[in-house]
Amino acid sequence: MSNHLLSVQDLNIFFKSDKNLTPIHAVRDLSFSIDQGEMLGVVGESGSGKSITNLAIMGLLPETAIVSAKEFVFNKNALLELKDTTWQKIRGGEISMIFQDPMSALNPFLSVEFQMIETIKAHKGLSKKEARELSLDLLDQVGIASPKERLSSFPFELSGGMAQRVMIAMAISSDPKLLIADEPTTALDVTIQKQILTLLKSLQNKKNMSIILVTHDLGVIGEFSEKVQVMYAGEVVEAGKTEEIINAPQHPYTSALLNSRPGAVIRKAKTILPSISGIVPSFNQRPQGCQFHPRCNFTQSDCINQKISLLNGCRCIHPLTNGVNL
Amino acid sequence: MKIFWIELYFELKKNKGSMVGLFIIGISLFISIFAPILSPHNPAEVFPNALRIPPSFLSGGQNQFFFGTDDIGRDIMSRLIYGSRISLSVGFSVVILSLITGTILGVVAGFYGGLIDRFIMRLTDLIMSLPSILFAIVIVAVLGPGISNAIFAVSVVAVPNFIRIIRAQVLFEKNRQYVQAAKLFGASNFKLMFNEILPNCMAPLIVQATLGFSDGILNCAALGFLGLGAQAPMSEWGTMLSDARSYIESSPWMVTLPGICILLTVLSFNLLGDGLRDALDPRLKKQN
Amino acid sequence: MSIILNVEALDKTYPIKKIFKETIELKALTNISFHLAKKETLGIVGESGCGKSTLAKVLTKLENISSGEINFRGKNFNTLSAHEFHSFIQMVFQDPYQSLNPRKKAFDIIAAPLRINSELNEKEISLKVHEMLRKVGLREEFASRYPHHFSGGQRQRIGIARALMLRPEVLILDEPVSALDVSIGAQVLNLLLELQNEFSLSYLFISHDLSVIQHMSDRIIVMYLGRIVEYGTRDEVFNNPQHPYTKALLESAPKPQKGKETSANILKGELPSALNLPIGCAFAPRCPIATEKCKSFIPELEIKKNRMVACFEA
Repeated sequence: MSNHLLSVQDLNIFFKSDKNLTPIHAVRDLSFSIDQGEMLGVVGESGSGKSITNLAIMGLLPETAIVSAKEFVFNKNALLELKDTTWQKIRGGEISMIFQDPMSALNPFLSVEFQMIETIKAHKGLSKKEARELSLDLLDQVGIASPKERLSSFPFELSGGMAQRVMIAMAISSDPKLLIADEPTTALDVTIQKQILTLLKSLQNKKNMSIILVTHDLGVIGEFSEKVQVMYAGEVVEAGKTEEIINAPQHPYTSALLNSRPGAVIRKAKTILPSISGIVPSFNQRPQGCQFHPRCNFTQSDCINQKISLLNGCRCIHPLTNGVNL
Repeated sequence: MKIFWIELYFELKKNKGSMVGLFIIGISLFISIFAPILSPHNPAEVFPNALRIPPSFLSGGQNQFFFGTDDIGRDIMSRLIYGSRISLSVGFSVVILSLITGTILGVVAGFYGGLIDRFIMRLTDLIMSLPSILFAIVIVAVLGPGISNAIFAVSVVAVPNFIRIIRAQVLFEKNRQYVQAAKLFGASNFKLMFNEILPNCMAPLIVQATLGFSDGILNCAALGFLGLGAQAPMSEWGTMLSDARSYIESSPWMVTLPGICILLTVLSFNLLGDGLRDALDPRLKKQN
Repeated sequence: MSIILNVEALDKTYPIKKIFKETIELKALTNISFHLAKKETLGIVGESGCGKSTLAKVLTKLENISSGEINFRGKNFNTLSAHEFHSFIQMVFQDPYQSLNPRKKAFDIIAAPLRINSELNEKEISLKVHEMLRKVGLREEFASRYPHHFSGGQRQRIGIARALMLRPEVLILDEPVSALDVSIGAQVLNLLLELQNEFSLSYLFISHDLSVIQHMSDRIIVMYLGRIVEYGTRDEVFNNPQHPYTKALLESAPKPQKGKETSANILKGELPSALNLPIGCAFAPRCPIATEKCKSFIPELEIKKNRMVACFEA
């Protein structure tokens, strides 16, 4: 067994559905690992399977999901064989999660204090007084200026950035080994986004915590994460060190994604962006062969039929070198 | 819109209760349409020699009268069959009347707000502050007994439900961006209300209409029972119940049978309504 | 260049009524002045609560202005007839899932502006709708489908087609790509650039995303809590920002390539409530270079280094 904190080998997730006879293959042959204290950035557009993977790690997939994997191990626990009681200890304890919309994750009728103390009591078995002290400490750690006042406020009195800080404080209250941040800043303003991401980064370093940072923004990854994996249509298409991938993407999809960002390269205003034509194929209309071939500029005949495996961190049989197809 | 109904049917099929309801409604619809063919006798025809004959499957029954006869010798089965015509058309009229009035008032109240809204809502509060059957009795007492007045009274009582449901939905829909977009190209208020917003309020409306059907039937039967609804010799279930009241001990079938008819019809509409609510709710969530 | 839209000293306040308390005023927009020329794109950037959406609403008459003047081609916009007004300015909304009526087919959505504002018969309308569908890059057979059959990018194209049916001169784009994936957003931006050339449109491009604004705009307005803090050409504002808020905004934008100087300069704190604005410069509580003067006086927009800035220290 490996020494990674979370190790995933050939994870496949299917969904049974009433309408389709064959189950929908949402995530295919996903392999990655994350070490203690490491940050992994996951980039993908909607429908890439990134959120479903998160739910699988949290054990929160609906009952219609069929999950199989060669290896799916978190901290020496085989996640697919866990009992419900063990799950409850891991979920929210050793693995925590924060969401895109912090407002809807907080109960609007209960004070921050009540929600934080209940969470802490449930996971740490502390007394109410100890839990309150810990809450104050945590709020201070996540950079909330006057923790005592904030503790007694209700969610609607918080701004989006403040609510996300409270969510982070609750998520780290159990000293998780792994924090999954699913688009944590998409709903926030840029200046607040920077604050939150910097906070996550410092918590990662301070607590030696692992973080999976899911986002659609390559800019966020580039600035904050050393490792990245790019997902497309349920597969990892490219994975490796962020700097290398952003400076010299091998997969045409990564390259196109980078180039289609407005302002990625300093361009003259109002020039046509090199966009990717078409849309991400829906779950039940996945193409044969390379998932990206219908939208790829470099498609060749051998891309269309054969199954393509991840080689040297890139799922492409005609990888790019310095942005050029050989 | 066509797809909407097909999808709705598939959603509904998952719910057994509502399919039972739909089945019973189908049967009663069939019976009421083909009443002249199905009924063995004229419902008003009196058999002087056959007073209070028990149903044919009880001792003392005659094959000629399957469900027996009443106190003046009319065939109960034929009266029940013709009664279904009245009950269904009463339910239908009540729903149509209250639906149209309620929808218009509800949309206007929700869309304009302010004084108009307050006026309409206080009116509904007024109607709802009295038990509905009591209020209906008051209206019929003023207008005089009779089936059409009973329908009117029961419709008035049913209107507030529609107003409230539609108004709540309009309040939610009117702030959505597609309404703003329509304002931007100059759509009139009338178009905004009935062309843009109303089609998006269909789901709760359909549910309420179905439930309103059973309420209407029940209230009309109640008025009939009190002698304020359908008048003799019309064979209405509520009236039949009240006529048979004095014979409840000696000839229980005279009370039981119309009672069962009312129960089944009302139950089937309620089952269908509940099923529709379940079927339409996830659709609502998906859209928002 | 001919100026077609001119906004002078625009104010918008909302009265907030509270039981047992005095009615207070929420200042959503204060002293907004700008102009827009033919075929030009004016980018409006700012964070939530800066008033950029309110601006879109008052320009399209979805809300009334409190004071100030809006002129379309030199005519006060209140003197225009409804028809003139609707064929002058139109808007594309942020959320393509909210802005299309789910119970209407794409054809009816796009045809609605013509049905209300023109005397054309159904056949002529149908021709125009199909022509517009082609222009926004949708297949003609899509006309008979309902919105839920479309992807986000396709819906946004329908929204654009609807806005263009009356051939407006000014199109307000309220965060048109922020709800879309990156690759789809790029397609829509390209389409907008093509349409701008084809129809000689002037765009008022509202966004919180600096990179999108930078890519699309000729000139840029930076807003903070209902006021313009910086207003100038794209290159001046982006390459040499003067207002400390603009600087902070530019530094906060995440960039894939790590810059040489990764600034440790994160903006502290959050937006103050619009109901309880500071007495002086609204940005002063978060500003790294604020002085005593900033806390007690509101800086006016003035020309500094080829652009307008509202800052004492710039």
